[in-house]
Amino acid sequence: MCAMLSVNNLSISFGGLRAVDDFNIEIEKGELYGLIGPNGAGKTTVFNLLTGVYRPDEGRIFLEDRNITGLDTVEINKAGIARTFQNIRLFKDLSVLDNVKIGLHNIFTYPTISGILRLSSYFRIEKEMDERALELLKVFDLEKEKDSFAKNLPYGKQRKLEIARALATGPKLLLLDEPAAGMNPNETGELMDTIRFVRDEFDMTILLIEHDMKLVSGICEKLSVLNFGSVLSRGKTSEVLNDPEVIAAYLG
Amino acid sequence: MKFTKQTKRDLYTCVMVILFYVVIQVLDKAGVLSFHIKGLLVPLCYYSIAAVALNLVVGILGDLSLGHAGFMCVGAFSASLFSVAVKESGMPAGLRFLTALIIGTLMAALFGFLIGIPVLRLNGDYLAIVTLAFGEIIKNFLAAVYLGYDEEGLHVAFKSFQLKGEGKMLINGAMGIQGTPTDSTFTISIVILLLALFAIQNLVNSRAGRAIMAIRDNRIAAEAVGINITKYKMLAFTVSAAIAGTAGVLFSHNTSTLTASSTYFGYNVSILILVYVVLGGIGNIRGSIIATAILYILPELLRGLNSYRMLIYSIVLIVIMLINWAPAAIAFRERYGIRAFIGRKRENSGKEVS
Repeated sequence: MCAMLSVNNLSISFGGLRAVDDFNIEIEKGELYGLIGPNGAGKTTVFNLLTGVYRPDEGRIFLEDRNITGLDTVEINKAGIARTFQNIRLFKDLSVLDNVKIGLHNIFTYPTISGILRLSSYFRIEKEMDERALELLKVFDLEKEKDSFAKNLPYGKQRKLEIARALATGPKLLLLDEPAAGMNPNETGELMDTIRFVRDEFDMTILLIEHDMKLVSGICEKLSVLNFGSVLSRGKTSEVLNDPEVIAAYLG
Repeated sequence: MKFTKQTKRDLYTCVMVILFYVVIQVLDKAGVLSFHIKGLLVPLCYYSIAAVALNLVVGILGDLSLGHAGFMCVGAFSASLFSVAVKESGMPAGLRFLTALIIGTLMAALFGFLIGIPVLRLNGDYLAIVTLAFGEIIKNFLAAVYLGYDEEGLHVAFKSFQLKGEGKMLINGAMGIQGTPTDSTFTISIVILLLALFAIQNLVNSRAGRAIMAIRDNRIAAEAVGINITKYKMLAFTVSAAIAGTAGVLFSHNTSTLTASSTYFGYNVSILILVYVVLGGIGNIRGSIIATAILYILPELLRGLNSYRMLIYSIVLIVIMLINWAPAAIAFRERYGIRAFIGRKRENSGKEVS
């Protein structure tokens, strides 16, 4: 049985800057894995490489046994990687329900023409989509807000909706980019429960970027620390956080 | 059957159009409508159709196109060409016009698709400028081309030429196409407006429509959830061009002479349609129709005021814009508008129950 995600020697340069240098990671199915490091260390660039926003100069990415290196964003999403964004990116002028239904775009399909002509498949599939989307909203306690615009949700709920939308695409691996950014300690605590719940309920493998050490040490089983684009340390959370090099470079 | 809120809203739009049609018919029977007003009805319909089509690109896809008059031009010329060519063949008028409508729509769709391939790589202002250029190219090309047939076959040229023996000029350069049968009637135009509404509203409220709006709201996120950006941008642009083409067919079959002049197909017409869309509310299909009705009829009714006409027109534009979008006006509507009143009532009755 191979790992859910294995990345070998991933590198990318922008001009003269080697943003990610020889990055390796191995995540087993069901793991909650943290990626930490100082600002500008290349964490989000790693996410962008994993999701096909950038093509790596070197290295290979495997999702289970499939080589997904060089595929475009849409293909990678279909292969089973979904993500959220550091600065929340919702479809803000659409309803909460529609946001999740857009996540279901490739799960429930029918031809465009049957949507225009309102053929029977339109009604059947739309009903299934509604049901599935409502289930997801219920999990995240958002079903009351299903008809409000995404932009009108409070911040914490927007984060939740983004996770719900990512899960709607039916991923095997979920990438969360600073999910606790801008949250107060209460909201962060609630978010930790949500992330754990998602892992257990959806049998999900999760890789997350985070600065909030309480969240990282609280829920991540393993960690990788990035510094200037390369891996400083990786392994079990408790070991990594006590690594003197990590303390010097990041924790201070 | 239970309708969703959105379906109800869409139905109201259609009901509004049908009511308008009925009122006009009644007024016509009563003999109240002048010949001048009656002449405005078909144009009102095709501009409404064009505005609804443009709203699909501007409001739903979120891209600015200034070339929709060009697509109207393609629809108008291809359909007129067909109608003039088969006019003497004894084809029944109804079938001929139906075929003309289909040809005009498909040709505009084809052009929308072809132009969309390079153009949709751009965004925002750049897209607007390039669509504007394409619109002008189409118009100027059709104003310069000569097409005719005689004993030797079909001739195409960019300068005037003599036909040998039996033959006919189909497109006569800047003189355009002469003798298009005037098949467009108010009834047909309303039916086509309803069909356009049906197609666009259903598209918007389907899986494809959500994908298009997702691209508008956040392109990067749309891609990340597996939406093929190019495919849905092309879809929206092509459908929009096709429906603008249908409007063009109604245009060309409303008068017997069709010329590709700036008055009818220049960028100022594209901008006029854009004004209808913006003032009706970007993304608001019903608003496009209402705005077209008001803003198309208004200058015509003000003709008696001569030079003050455009002054009043401009002031109305500014006032509508302010009423629609000024923060103070929005707050006022929220507090005192009809919807706020109904909402408050509902809230109160809800409290009593609980």
